[in-house]
Amino acid sequence: MDEALYITVVKAGLIVFVVLTGFAYVLLWERKLVGRFQARYGPNRVGPHGYLQPLADVVKLIFKEDFVPRGANRLVFQAAPLVSVFAAVAALAVIPFGDPVTIFGREIALVGADLSVGVLYLFALSGLGFYGLILGGWASGNKYSLLGAARTAAQLVSYEVSLGLSVIGVVMMAQSLSLVDIVEAQRDAVWYVLFQPLGFLVFLIAAVAETNRAPFDLPEAESELVAGYHTEYGGMKFAMFFLAEYVNMIVISAFGATLFLGGFSGPFLPGPLWLLLKIAALLFLFIWLRATLPRLRYDQLMQLGWKVLLPLATANLAITAVIVALGFAN
Amino acid sequence: MRVHESLKGFGVTFRTMLQKPLTIGYPEHKTPVFPRFRGRHRLWLHDNGLEKCVGCSLCVAACPADCIRVVAEENTPENRVSAGERYARIYEINMLRCIFCGYCEIACPFDAITLEAEYEMSESTREASIYTKEMLLAPHPKPVPMRAEEPEAIEPAPTAPQAQ
Repeated sequence: MDEALYITVVKAGLIVFVVLTGFAYVLLWERKLVGRFQARYGPNRVGPHGYLQPLADVVKLIFKEDFVPRGANRLVFQAAPLVSVFAAVAALAVIPFGDPVTIFGREIALVGADLSVGVLYLFALSGLGFYGLILGGWASGNKYSLLGAARTAAQLVSYEVSLGLSVIGVVMMAQSLSLVDIVEAQRDAVWYVLFQPLGFLVFLIAAVAETNRAPFDLPEAESELVAGYHTEYGGMKFAMFFLAEYVNMIVISAFGATLFLGGFSGPFLPGPLWLLLKIAALLFLFIWLRATLPRLRYDQLMQLGWKVLLPLATANLAITAVIVALGFAN
Repeated sequence: MRVHESLKGFGVTFRTMLQKPLTIGYPEHKTPVFPRFRGRHRLWLHDNGLEKCVGCSLCVAACPADCIRVVAEENTPENRVSAGERYARIYEINMLRCIFCGYCEIACPFDAITLEAEYEMSESTREASIYTKEMLLAPHPKPVPMRAEEPEAIEPAPTAPQAQ
């Protein structure tokens, strides 16, 4: 609040630019890594070792036909990807990237907005992100898209509950919802993954389900519901949904790194680099899961969410609450 | 819960990530072919320079894809091309119709035609894919890597069920 507006705007622009470029290379890295898990190279023809592949993909998507299906609701069809992208990118505002730095004599905090309710803001945005998918599926004018969107929405809502509960343990220990305070609390003590192993496990599984990643990616599985809610989307609109999914993945990895792995704190290296390494480690885990596990059937997915994760998260919450109340958490 | 089995799966993927990929990077690296690989045809000459092919057209009769065209001509004392009475004046194979089955090689009584290892035969027009006798007599333009050894013999499966 006490920063000049232009500084915030510059920070926002920089973070969004870095994350969008990073998204393109996370995409490439995923393809190469999944290739390596399958004993083959990923893309390695376009540019040196395949590093210009994202550029080739973007150019291809730009040249595709931009159409709206006949039975579709035109306005909502075009707005839905924008809602998804907005919700994904806006979440970057509260992730702390490092300690405040001093540039040209001004002290600038390396976080977009240090909200005192940072955690709640992230959950609100993921709720907003659901709108993007549901509207996209409904506005396509296609029964399969609608079904895909409904299944996706149900899956996301189920796992959101467990995600929230797994995070409350950390919040109780840090006594704050602000992400910067949580990182500070871990810097004084020790990474919360050691105090909350069950919470971290539940968080990871719920995060994989929240971002529609394998093995929970039935709603967008190619062989099942064609492509779920984004069946009718082509070209840049599809690219925007894709971008929203991957930026969601990056944001949830950043969230997990901040809540459980200490965020930007760490010896020797600068803060943002530590955060980058932790996000990279979590993304590697996401990609590893995708390469290894077969897809869960929808009823197995829902059972896991409600009958396994929710009790585990609640148990974790109860135990943490007792420990904190008895004063052992300091 | 089959969690243990899933964890073993993670070990498999992780180990696979650490090993060198099995991909052979064509066109910089090519898979070596086996010795009896059926690629482009080749017409042969005797050591004294005469062609082995006498224009008997047995290969034409054997070809299931009907892609060989042979027009024979008598050998004259002035123009002696082959070792027999006749020679093939026109010998053309349409590579786009050929199925590379090797029946022409089996049918030829003079070992005049064999299938060699070359397989890179893209052309830009259909006419350019009709290979003439001169092209077929010539050796391969570029060498194709070949495996040094024959594949190992596989034990034949038992035909009768083993008495247990």
